[in-house]
Amino acid sequence: MNQETPTSNAIEAPATSSDEKIITINGMHKWFDDFHVLKNINLEVRRGERIVICGPSGSGKSTLIRCINRLEEHQQGTITVDGTELTRDLKNIEIVRSEVGMVFQQFNLFPHLTVLENVALAPIWVRKMPRAEAEESAMQYLERVKIPEQALKYPGQLSGGQQQRVAIARSLCMNPRIMLFDEPTSALDPEMIKEVLDVMIELAESGMTMLVVTHEMGFATAVAHRVIFMDGGEIIEEKPPQEFFDSPDHERTKLFLSQILHH
Amino acid sequence: MAQNQAIPGYTPGTHPDLPPPVRTTGMVGWVRTNLLSSPLNIALTLFSIWLLWSIVPPALNWVLTDAIWSADTRKECWALMSAPRDGACWAFIRGSMELFVYGWFPRDELWRVNLTFILFALTVFGALRENIPGRKYWLWFAAGFPFIAAYLLLGGGLEVSTFKVLLLAVIVSGGSFSAKKLSRGGYKFWHLLTSIVALLSLYVFQVSEYNSVLFTIDGLTSVGTNKLGGILLTLVVAVTGIAFSLPIGVALALGRRSKLPALRAVCVIFIEFIRGVPLITLLFVASTMLTYFLPPGSSFDLLMRVLIMVTLFASAYIAEVVRGGLQGLPDGQYEAADSLGLTYWKAHRLIILPQALKISIPGIVNTFIGSFKDSVLVLIIGMMDILGLGRARLNDPDWLGLAPELYIFISLFFFISCFAMARYSLNLERKLQTGHKS
Repeated sequence: MNQETPTSNAIEAPATSSDEKIITINGMHKWFDDFHVLKNINLEVRRGERIVICGPSGSGKSTLIRCINRLEEHQQGTITVDGTELTRDLKNIEIVRSEVGMVFQQFNLFPHLTVLENVALAPIWVRKMPRAEAEESAMQYLERVKIPEQALKYPGQLSGGQQQRVAIARSLCMNPRIMLFDEPTSALDPEMIKEVLDVMIELAESGMTMLVVTHEMGFATAVAHRVIFMDGGEIIEEKPPQEFFDSPDHERTKLFLSQILHH
Repeated sequence: MAQNQAIPGYTPGTHPDLPPPVRTTGMVGWVRTNLLSSPLNIALTLFSIWLLWSIVPPALNWVLTDAIWSADTRKECWALMSAPRDGACWAFIRGSMELFVYGWFPRDELWRVNLTFILFALTVFGALRENIPGRKYWLWFAAGFPFIAAYLLLGGGLEVSTFKVLLLAVIVSGGSFSAKKLSRGGYKFWHLLTSIVALLSLYVFQVSEYNSVLFTIDGLTSVGTNKLGGILLTLVVAVTGIAFSLPIGVALALGRRSKLPALRAVCVIFIEFIRGVPLITLLFVASTMLTYFLPPGSSFDLLMRVLIMVTLFASAYIAEVVRGGLQGLPDGQYEAADSLGLTYWKAHRLIILPQALKISIPGIVNTFIGSFKDSVLVLIIGMMDILGLGRARLNDPDWLGLAPELYIFISLFFFISCFAMARYSLNLERKLQTGHKS
């Protein structure tokens, strides 16, 4: 969308911290009934790497990251997350999910719980952390996303940007190794996009492995090590952001970029 | 009017908030807009006033001012009025109150019923009050109440036999064993097999001659379920149906949405079968047919059979109401719970059910009110609830012809109970309101 969103505190992009593979996707296919939504996906993500995935709507980018924490089941190929292969084994799925945080377009906060309860819930029930300790750590993460003063309110009383920041804190509170973002700013009013992107940039600076589905190209330029372009269920192009924007190889990428950059 | 005056020159962006014009708000505004807005409306208002004037005062006279509160028979009652039937003869209700409330419960054991009523009130109070100190213990008490009440009402001693001791031992050890197994995630085929073998050998033991009575514990005098009647019976049937139908209904609703085809099929068939058959038919099945299916010689109490049928009937309806609530939740709630690594049961307990049940409150309470009133259907298989007992009482030569008093009393009893439930549900909805939904 708008190219010049918050890049003031841009981080030096490349230089991944390690060569260790944290996500390996090999020859993965997925169908929704008859519809072949993901075709032969091969992707390797190193620890600490930040990847932005973009593409037209219906290209399968959300489905791809939802396969990584098994919100969607793939039918062929393998996905290995931090040494655990995703199969039908529920135990493995639970292990992966507790190591992988996810932030949704629609926030998906739990409306019947306060902000603090939202954030502390998973550490208490999944990590079996004592309540006091979990709430203390939840407060730390709320401070990190800059809304500790909203801790006792309900999500319905917050603005969209605040809700999305709570959602980020909720995921971070599980101390995940990987964070997935599924169009985190698409449902926000324009004046709230920056506050969420700022939190994500801060997170990137801390060295988190991140996969972000977004059309915020300013964010991609500032933060990503690699930009992946998807169309029709395939990974079409995969490049560092500067190259991706300046010299895309494929016609479809060029068309897509021209559509999102000049409207 | 000051409010209608234009505000003299203000800079854009600083327009003050003004109160609304006086004619549209307050008492006067309400009367104007609702009662006197057009000639037709004025005429209707006048007509309504006349109608109320000609109905309400005579009705009040009959119910209150001209009513007789103490007399021994209908004739005595009418003799006290200026003309027979001029007022209500509440003496009839007062004189029959003990029968109406306790049925035929032995009169020197009435304290047991009264204690049950008091405990019931405490249970309701404790279960519904959210900010009561020690709420956890209130809830434990509420969970145990049905069993305490059953013992208080029915009494009886306990015959301890070798079989019962063994059964208890098997249940306790099996329970703790499987709890350990399940918490570690392993639930093996051989585990199921040993359970079946254990239960089978228990059955063989039970019919063999080794089963002997060890000793008996004396308890409260045993009271047959046929001694229950009136309001007591109505409450036993209604409260049992209500209390047990909620958990069973929730389980059925979850089962119907399960990914396991066999479980789903069982739940669907059960729900649709129970919903597709009238309650009266089920009650006839309970009173007559069930005995054909049971092993000969075994007797299964009629009240117990009726309670099971009423509960199953209500739970099928609750299941559908709760399923509606579950479907009303956005998929995002399931996904968020999953993505945090919560297991199916934790996600349902902490995230899904609290919200789904909240959405379902109006439907659930509607079903509760329905089953409360449906409890009178037991009179069709000869059980004397408040309605059956009241009608029987009308045939008493002393009180012949006092049907209006009886039915007003019974209506009032049901209305108060159901209205209380309805108000509580509204109150609960308001309390659970937490701003906009996501």
